[in-house]
Amino acid sequence: MSTLSLQDVEKIALLARLYLTPEEKAKYQQQLSDVLTYVEQLSELDLDGVPPQAHAVAQQNIMREDEVNSTIPINKALGNAAATADDQFAIQAVFDE
Amino acid sequence: MSETLTKFEAVIGLEIHAEMLTQSKMFSGCRVVDSVEAAPNSAVDPLSLGMPGMLPVINRSAVEMAMKVGLALNCEINAYNAFERKNYFYPDLPKGYQITQYAHPVATNGYLDIKGASGETKRVRIRRAHIEEDTGKLTHLSDGRSLVDYNRAGVPLLEIVSEPDMRTAEEALAFATKIRQILRYLDVNTGDMEKGIIRFEANISIRPLGSDALNTRVEVKNLNSFRSLTSSIEYQIAQQIETVEGGSVVEQATLGWDEDRKQTYSQRSKEDAHDYRYFPEPDLPPLIIGPDWIDRVREQLVELPDSKLRRYLTELGLPSYDAEVIVEDRPVAEWFDAAVAAGGDPKTVANWLINNLFALMNEHKQTIENSRVSPQGMVDLLALIEAETINKNTAKSVLVDMFLSGQTAKTIVEEKGLAQISDDGPILTIIQTIIDDNPQMVANYLGGKDKLRGWFMGQVMRELRGKGNPALVNRLLDQKLGELKKR
Repeated sequence: MSTLSLQDVEKIALLARLYLTPEEKAKYQQQLSDVLTYVEQLSELDLDGVPPQAHAVAQQNIMREDEVNSTIPINKALGNAAATADDQFAIQAVFDE
Repeated sequence: MSETLTKFEAVIGLEIHAEMLTQSKMFSGCRVVDSVEAAPNSAVDPLSLGMPGMLPVINRSAVEMAMKVGLALNCEINAYNAFERKNYFYPDLPKGYQITQYAHPVATNGYLDIKGASGETKRVRIRRAHIEEDTGKLTHLSDGRSLVDYNRAGVPLLEIVSEPDMRTAEEALAFATKIRQILRYLDVNTGDMEKGIIRFEANISIRPLGSDALNTRVEVKNLNSFRSLTSSIEYQIAQQIETVEGGSVVEQATLGWDEDRKQTYSQRSKEDAHDYRYFPEPDLPPLIIGPDWIDRVREQLVELPDSKLRRYLTELGLPSYDAEVIVEDRPVAEWFDAAVAAGGDPKTVANWLINNLFALMNEHKQTIENSRVSPQGMVDLLALIEAETINKNTAKSVLVDMFLSGQTAKTIVEEKGLAQISDDGPILTIIQTIIDDNPQMVANYLGGKDKLRGWFMGQVMRELRGKGNPALVNRLLDQKLGELKKR
């Protein structure tokens, strides 16, 4: 049974650029702890002698040749943007603190 | 200053980010453009924009370019390669993570030999080189908004990390210069620092001389010229010595370099390394690089600057200055190799290349690739000197003609009637005329003014319009003047 501290939740929220109310922090503390507890069931498996794997499917070396085929026009590129200027995405500047 | 420098030494490592010159991006078939010149967001696709549902696929050419660089830097090419997600929230990467190599990079444990301050060979170890994707570019406006251009997002990037083996700004410069040269030789990168196609970061710390401690280091970014690289390192070394001598400690920091003010400034940091939460990229299966693949790539490697230099010095007997100048730039070295292969004498070709053709290229702002003087054309010109058809002075003006018109040396010599006069008859006639027309000069010469011999030579050559075979004219002039002396 895992329990995340309130500080853990605040750290995760900061990294994800989420601003949480005290109520939300308490709610997510419980929910995230439940998720970890659920995933923890995996540690019941006996994995001695099984090498670590980066990928679930036994595939390797999936590559493409260096060819151009997927560039999209600018009106499509900017189609979903909330705001644009000079053919660029316009956003609020990001500052620390 | 000299006193403090004897008490401290600097410990310098470099990180190099080099875009790899592929047609398409690292993980998708999106076009790669010059991100400084191209219209914003004109080379993007769902993957560069981090659209939901997109899937990355590895660009084979980018992997092979990275392997080439690894081999050129004497690295081990690792069999097991994995890509990971480096997570951070910043608008330069719309996915919320950068795909990079972390625990399993393509190349590790290499080295590069550079020339130390007193000409000795100094080995700088390469810790690793790994493949990743470049980020988009942000322009901050004065009204608080930022504009984002994703042309550069997803462009294949190779990060090369050295061990902190450099001790002075000069060594860092020598290392950086050589890395850039090798990348250009391999056609992996243009070496353009101003456009950020290749970017250097220095990490610098100091320690008491004789110590082998690795102290707190300061990272300096935004170095867009070699001058910035050396001046920022020198500035940081001086700053840190001052800090330590003043009784304080150097604090870890990431700084930018202001070239105008010649000082470092504090940069907003993205996030600390331990917050990147690397984990294996679930969309990319591992990449296994077997020995066969490495061999195939090794076979494609061009002759690298170091071995070219060695060959020029030992096999061709070039002076070291000439050899270094020619090796500097691969197209120049290849032009030179072609001229030697066409039968040119290496030393003569090197002389004419460095002393004459370079001057013309500079004057007309041309590179050797678009110069009209081909290696074979130069060899043909030198053959005319060798055969005494023209003398060296005439050859110089023929070269200018070749450079401007693109015609062969033979055509120019024939059409302009520049072939030298190598018959005794006409030369003797002219010498006699000069002697007859200048009795006073003859009297002075016979009276002991030996230097006047040069004046006679000049007069004769002028009458011959520079076309006289100098050896022959000298011999005939000596013969005539000798006869006068005997009388």
